[in-house]
Amino acid sequence: MDWSTILTLTAQQFFSPVTMAFALGALGLALHFGFVGLLNFGIAGFMAIGAYGYAISSLTFGFPWWAALLVGVLGSALFAVLIGIPTLRLRGDYLAIVTIAAAEVVRLLFTSVAFIDVTGSADGLTDYQGSWRESNPFPPGTYGFGPWEYTANQFWTLTFGIVAVTLCSLLLWRLVKSPWGRVMKGIREDEDAVRALGKNVFAYKMQALIIGGVFAGLGGIVYVLPSATNPNVFVPSLTFFVWTALLLGGAATVFGPLLGAVIFWVLQAFVGSVLPALVQVGVLDFMTTIQVATLRFILVGIGLILIIVFRPQGILGNKKELTFVKQ
Amino acid sequence: MSIYQTGGNVVGVKKPAPRSIVVRQFGLIALLAVIFGTLFAIPAFANDAEAGSEFSNTVSGIVRADGEPIEGVKLSLEGMGYAAEVVTGPNGRWSIGVPQEGSYTLKLDQSTLPDGVTIAEGDATRTIVLNSSARAVSNFSLGDGVRETASVGDQLFTRILSGLNFGLLLGLAAIGLSLVFGTMGLSNFAHGEMVTVGAVGALIFSSLGLPVYIALPLGVLAGGVLGWSMDAGLFRPMRRRGLGIVQVMIVTIGLSLAIRYIIQFNIGGATQMLPPLSTARITIGPTSIGVNDLLSMGLSLVVLVIFAWWLMKTRTGKATRAISDNSSLAAASGIDVERVLRIVWVVAGMLAALSGILWAYFRPGLRWDMGTQILLFIFAAGILGGLGTAFGALIGAIIVGVLVETSAMVLPADLKYVGALGLMIIVLLFRPQGILGRRERIG
Repeated sequence: MDWSTILTLTAQQFFSPVTMAFALGALGLALHFGFVGLLNFGIAGFMAIGAYGYAISSLTFGFPWWAALLVGVLGSALFAVLIGIPTLRLRGDYLAIVTIAAAEVVRLLFTSVAFIDVTGSADGLTDYQGSWRESNPFPPGTYGFGPWEYTANQFWTLTFGIVAVTLCSLLLWRLVKSPWGRVMKGIREDEDAVRALGKNVFAYKMQALIIGGVFAGLGGIVYVLPSATNPNVFVPSLTFFVWTALLLGGAATVFGPLLGAVIFWVLQAFVGSVLPALVQVGVLDFMTTIQVATLRFILVGIGLILIIVFRPQGILGNKKELTFVKQ
Repeated sequence: MSIYQTGGNVVGVKKPAPRSIVVRQFGLIALLAVIFGTLFAIPAFANDAEAGSEFSNTVSGIVRADGEPIEGVKLSLEGMGYAAEVVTGPNGRWSIGVPQEGSYTLKLDQSTLPDGVTIAEGDATRTIVLNSSARAVSNFSLGDGVRETASVGDQLFTRILSGLNFGLLLGLAAIGLSLVFGTMGLSNFAHGEMVTVGAVGALIFSSLGLPVYIALPLGVLAGGVLGWSMDAGLFRPMRRRGLGIVQVMIVTIGLSLAIRYIIQFNIGGATQMLPPLSTARITIGPTSIGVNDLLSMGLSLVVLVIFAWWLMKTRTGKATRAISDNSSLAAASGIDVERVLRIVWVVAGMLAALSGILWAYFRPGLRWDMGTQILLFIFAAGILGGLGTAFGALIGAIIVGVLVETSAMVLPADLKYVGALGLMIIVLLFRPQGILGRRERIG
C-alpha cells in the first residue's frame, strides 16, 4: 500500500477544478432547491451549456476568454428561461422530470453527429485555452507546496475557480438575507400565502432559476477550463452527484454546497485510491479493480439514501429550516 | 393524493408501537443485505461470440447473408496495441470489448464463410473508429449485392410497426410507474432500474443453464421480488416515519444509482445478449417482421389485457383505484392500504421486468445503464397520458414509441430520442394533465 500516493491524490481534491465546479453547481442548486424549493434535476444541462458556450465561442467564433465566459453564462441563463416558462407553473415533480429531460436533450444535441463541426460530437472539444492562458498573470513556474503543486496555468485556473466560488457564495449569502430572499423562502414554505400577499410567484421563481442556472453554468466552465469538453461528462449521473454533494453539506445553507462538494470529492478520491490498493495487496481479492471503481458509485447511491433519511438537513443545515416542503 | 403526506397517520392503519431503532431499521438493513448479497453471486459471462467483455468499450455487429444470420464466421480486431478474435454465435452476432478508444482494424475471415457466400471486394477489412461513445456497430450484410431501397411508404410502415412494438413494451413499464404515482404520489426514479433488473435476471438465470422458457419468467419474477423488497425495505418504513414526498423521491434517485452500479459491478460494462429466440421473419405487406417482434407484441398485449382485467374487475384492482382516488377514504372504508401498496410495488416490478426483457430483445442486447436510457421515455409516456392514469400511460407509451421510431426518418438517427422528450415538454405547456389526466392533479 502506497499511502503517500493515496494521501496526495486525496489531498489534491481539496482544491481541484472539479471540486470547484461541483461547488458552483451545488450553489446554484442550493438557491433552486434549498431556498426556493424548485426541484431542478437538470443541473448537468446548465453546466453543459456553460461549458459548450465557452468552448464553442472560443473555437468557432474566436472570442477572447472573457467574452466566451459571458456567452456560456448567458447561455445558461437563456436555458433557465426556456425551461422555466413551461414548467414553473406546475407542481414540483413535473419540474424535476422536465429539467432532467431538457438536460438530456441538451446532451444529445451536443453528442449528435449532425453538429460535429461545431460540437465535436462524442469526442467533444479541446484546445480552446489559448486566450485563457495568454491572459495568465502568473509567470511560468511552480506554485504551491506538498500535494498542492501547480503549474502557472493550473494555478490560474484554480485561482479563477476559487474566486468564482467565493463571489457566488457571497452573492447567494447577500441574496438570501435580503427581502428578496425572504420572499423566496416564503415561496418554499407556502406558495399560496406568498401569492396572497400580491407577489408574482412565477417571476420570483424565474429569477431564482436564472441566477442559480448562471452559477451552474459558471461551474460547467470551471469544469472544462483545464482540459477538454466532452458530452459524456454531462449525463444525469452528474446531476445526481451534485445533488448528493448539496444534500451532504446542507441544502438550505450558503456554505453547505462548498463543504459538500469538497467532502464528496475528497471521499471519492480517497475511496477511489484505497480500494484498488487493497485489491492489489490481496485484501479484497474477490473483486477486480474495475469492480472497485464501480463500488465507489454504489456507495454514493447508498450514501444519498442514508443522508436523506437520517439527516435531510445536511451537515450544516438547521432542522427547523427543513427544505422538504409538503408538496 | 399522497400516502406519504399523511405518513403513518392514515386512518385505519395502526400506528407502530415504539421499537428500538435497530428493529425499526430492520427493513432497510434487509434491503441493503439483499442488494449486497447479489454482489457476490457473479456468474461468468463468456461465449465465443464475445471477447474482451471485461472492457466497457465494445465493437459489435451481426453477420448476415441474404438477411439470414450466419454462425461461425471468424472476425478479428486489431489496433491500439490490442488484438482479439471472435466467432459469430447462432444469431450471427458478435461483440468485442476493447480497452480504450481509438482506431481499430476489423477483418472478416473469408475462409470461414459458408459455401456460396462471398463478400464484396474491400468490404472484408474495415476501419473502426471508436470515439467516446464507447460503442461501435459494424454489420456485414452479404449476398448477391443487390440493394433494395424501400419506398417512403414502406419505410413508414416498417417504422410504425417497430414503434408499436417499442410502445407496447414501454407501456408495460409506464403503467407500473403510473400505478405507483397514482397510489403514492411518488415519481419513482428507480423505475428504470426495475426494467434493467428483469433483463439482467433473465440473463443470469439463462447463464445458469436454464432453458429460455424458464429463465425469462424467472427474470420477471426477479422484478417482482425487487418491487417487494423495495417496498418492504424502504418505502413502507419511510411511510411509517412520515417522510415528505420530495424526500422519498430523492431516495429513489439514490436507489437508482445504487442498483445501477450494482448491476454494472456484476455484469460489467459490456452489452450482453439474452439467449436467442427465433430469427425467422414473416412477410407482411411491403415489409417483413421478425417472429421475435410478433411474439413480443403479442405477449405485451396479453399481459396488458390481463392487467386491465385485474385493475377493473378484481377486488385488489378496485382497491388500488380507490386508493388512487382518495387514500384516506379508502382506508376508512376498510381497505388494507398497506397490503394494496405492497401489491402495487410487486405488480409494477414485474411489469417493468417484463418490459426490460422484451426491450433487451428489441434493442438488441442489455446493458447495465439501459434503465437510465428508458426512464425518461417511461416518464414521457406517463406525462403524455396523464400521470396516475394506467390506461393513459399505455396510450402515451404507444405515441412515444411510434414517434421515436418514425422520427428517425426525418431526424438524424442519434437525435431520434430528442423528438419524444421535446413532445413531452410541449405537452406540459398546453395540456399539463396529459391526455387522460384530471385537471386537479397538478397545481
